[in-house]
Amino acid sequence: MATRITRRLEALKAEDRAALVTFTMAGDPNYQASLDTLKGLPGAGADIIELGMPFTDPMADGPAIQKAALRALKGEHTQQKTLEMVREFRREDQDTPIVLMGYYNPIYRYGVEAFLKDAGEAGIDGLIVVDLPPEHDSELCLPAARAGIDFIRLATPTTDDKRLPRVLENTSGFIYYVSVAGVTGTAAPTPESVERSITRIRAHTDLPIAVGFGIRSAEQAAAIGRFADAVVVGSALISCIEQADSVEAGTRDVHALVRELSKGVRSARLTPA
Amino acid sequence: MSSATDSTTRFSRGPDANGFYGDFGGRFVAETLMPLILELEEAWEWSRTDEAFRRELEGYQRDYIGRATPLYYAQRLTEHLGGAKIYFKREDLNHTGAHKINNCIGQILLARKMGKRRIIAETGAGMHGVATATVAARFGMECVIYMGATDIERQQPNVFRMKLLGAEVIPVESGTGTLKDAMNEALRDWVTNVDSTFYLIGTVAGPHPYPAMVRNFQSVIGRETREQILEKEGRLPDTLMACIGGGSNAMGLFHPMLDDDSVHMIGVEAAGHGIETGEHAASLNGGEPGVLHGNRTFLLQSVDGQITDAHSVSAGLDYPGIGPEHAWLHTQKRVEYVSITDHEAIEAFKLCCELEGIIPALESAHSLAHLKKIAPGLPGDHLIVLNMSGRGDKDMASVANWLEQHGDTDKLPNTTVEAAEPGRIDDMQPPHDVAKKTGETE
Repeated sequence: MATRITRRLEALKAEDRAALVTFTMAGDPNYQASLDTLKGLPGAGADIIELGMPFTDPMADGPAIQKAALRALKGEHTQQKTLEMVREFRREDQDTPIVLMGYYNPIYRYGVEAFLKDAGEAGIDGLIVVDLPPEHDSELCLPAARAGIDFIRLATPTTDDKRLPRVLENTSGFIYYVSVAGVTGTAAPTPESVERSITRIRAHTDLPIAVGFGIRSAEQAAAIGRFADAVVVGSALISCIEQADSVEAGTRDVHALVRELSKGVRSARLTPA
Repeated sequence: MSSATDSTTRFSRGPDANGFYGDFGGRFVAETLMPLILELEEAWEWSRTDEAFRRELEGYQRDYIGRATPLYYAQRLTEHLGGAKIYFKREDLNHTGAHKINNCIGQILLARKMGKRRIIAETGAGMHGVATATVAARFGMECVIYMGATDIERQQPNVFRMKLLGAEVIPVESGTGTLKDAMNEALRDWVTNVDSTFYLIGTVAGPHPYPAMVRNFQSVIGRETREQILEKEGRLPDTLMACIGGGSNAMGLFHPMLDDDSVHMIGVEAAGHGIETGEHAASLNGGEPGVLHGNRTFLLQSVDGQITDAHSVSAGLDYPGIGPEHAWLHTQKRVEYVSITDHEAIEAFKLCCELEGIIPALESAHSLAHLKKIAPGLPGDHLIVLNMSGRGDKDMASVANWLEQHGDTDKLPNTTVEAAEPGRIDDMQPPHDVAKKTGETE
């Protein structure tokens, strides 16, 4: 059975456009605001939603996402509340794929089997867990596959041709290409160098390829969306929440930026490069 | 092979090919770092059997660090406690004042072989930072040290030392600004500077191969101890003791004797204000298994898997995790893990100064405190070796602060009392915050 993620990406491929994948942090700046933000994302143009699970020690994230996690935790956000958010979202939206993204420890403490059961029932379609390389597939990746949840893995500039098959082996849904060796929110590389990398990965897999890290504007999203199957924007959206004068303004600004990014992605292949 | 032989060789074998000691250890890192970690593992495996590498390492251990360190009979402490016969393994006499440099010299030789030119490291309050800056200076490498912003304020002398040695010290404001955040920041640096940079981790934690590699570089402590005690006493010790933050000085002492069943081993964690208060650094006695900084081990954490802050008068023990091999030895019950409060450590610190003329690191004072508890009840032919992991010169300000906070002022110099701001004790932080952050993760 095709998952929501696969259905959505196939539909967009038929439309000949890239998917816009948005990342926001569950519980940032508080439960209700992040739920309001979440509910408005599809209407603003998000095709796939990544929802961050806050963790105290996000070692692959830059300052924007680090602070978002701490804001959420200060509001006593929990894994349970993240799942509850998704349950609430699903009452209104049965189609938009949701991918939870974060670090392993909160899932490990929750209990892998219990978490997968609750996540599946809540309507979660995929997981991205930064600190679980393929060497540890038996921890969560394989149990997730058995539970019908896609395990989406990151490939990076350091993932060479020798290692790529291992990274791709148990990946499903899509592969997330991290365009720079670095943390989230850092400068983006040129679209040309990203395109070379995507071409290299395509030689190894038929999975859709999403590109993220350092994409902040509609122009950048359009440039990457010409050749990538999906474009991921995270830190720029998180910064809207951080910089807003009020909680409501944060939600509004996130949706406004998503609308901009969506235009960028939708226009990417309409004009010649 | 007989079953008896099996039972006496099983503990020193780990880790397995994936870096696991039982359920603990592993390589829980972002994909960007995986190729680097595999490259490091390959280089380290090569170094283990390369004769020239071994000779070079031994040369620096002897002529630069000053090894072998003495095994010293602590006669007055033995007489005072009136029980077991006590020896100190004098790691405090190493260059830079602690065991930390044993590991730093090994890793930097490896970094050089791998063609890396830039060294990064985390430090709690400076001892690993100083040892790293020292070897980076010796080998002419760029050196960047990540250190919590609060620790930098409190540890100006160590910051100054690192800078004199040519290192750049970067304050870490992220998270809670503690040692774990310094480690996060070092990992972020490594993820960003993958080609040029070698991450010199200071303890037996992190992703495989670090726990095994650091242990092996520190095992010179246990190998020397074994030879020295056989020479002095004609037999192995009955008990080994060492303090534990991350656990590198303890692993270094224990590992060469793990398969000697007759040798009892005790690791001493920091209980801070007491385990029952929740303000402690005792990951084994007060934590739960989890995954952080590349390995599965016991961690101080909430029920929801969020990492909580550690508390100890000794910043060297002030880390919410512990090396994965200790976690395994704990669950296997091969090593006994106990904990000692701030107060007990300070009392033992004073006793060691007065009886032996040795000012111990506050970290080592934790193992001294447990020694105080058990030695009187043991017979005179019971041999204890305690790892004097570092010297306490770095801890003068912290100890003075602590004594002042607790009204124990008869030895305080006037300058210390005057230097304290009026009202500070009542108005500012609890004592553990004022006095903490002095040493380094073990």
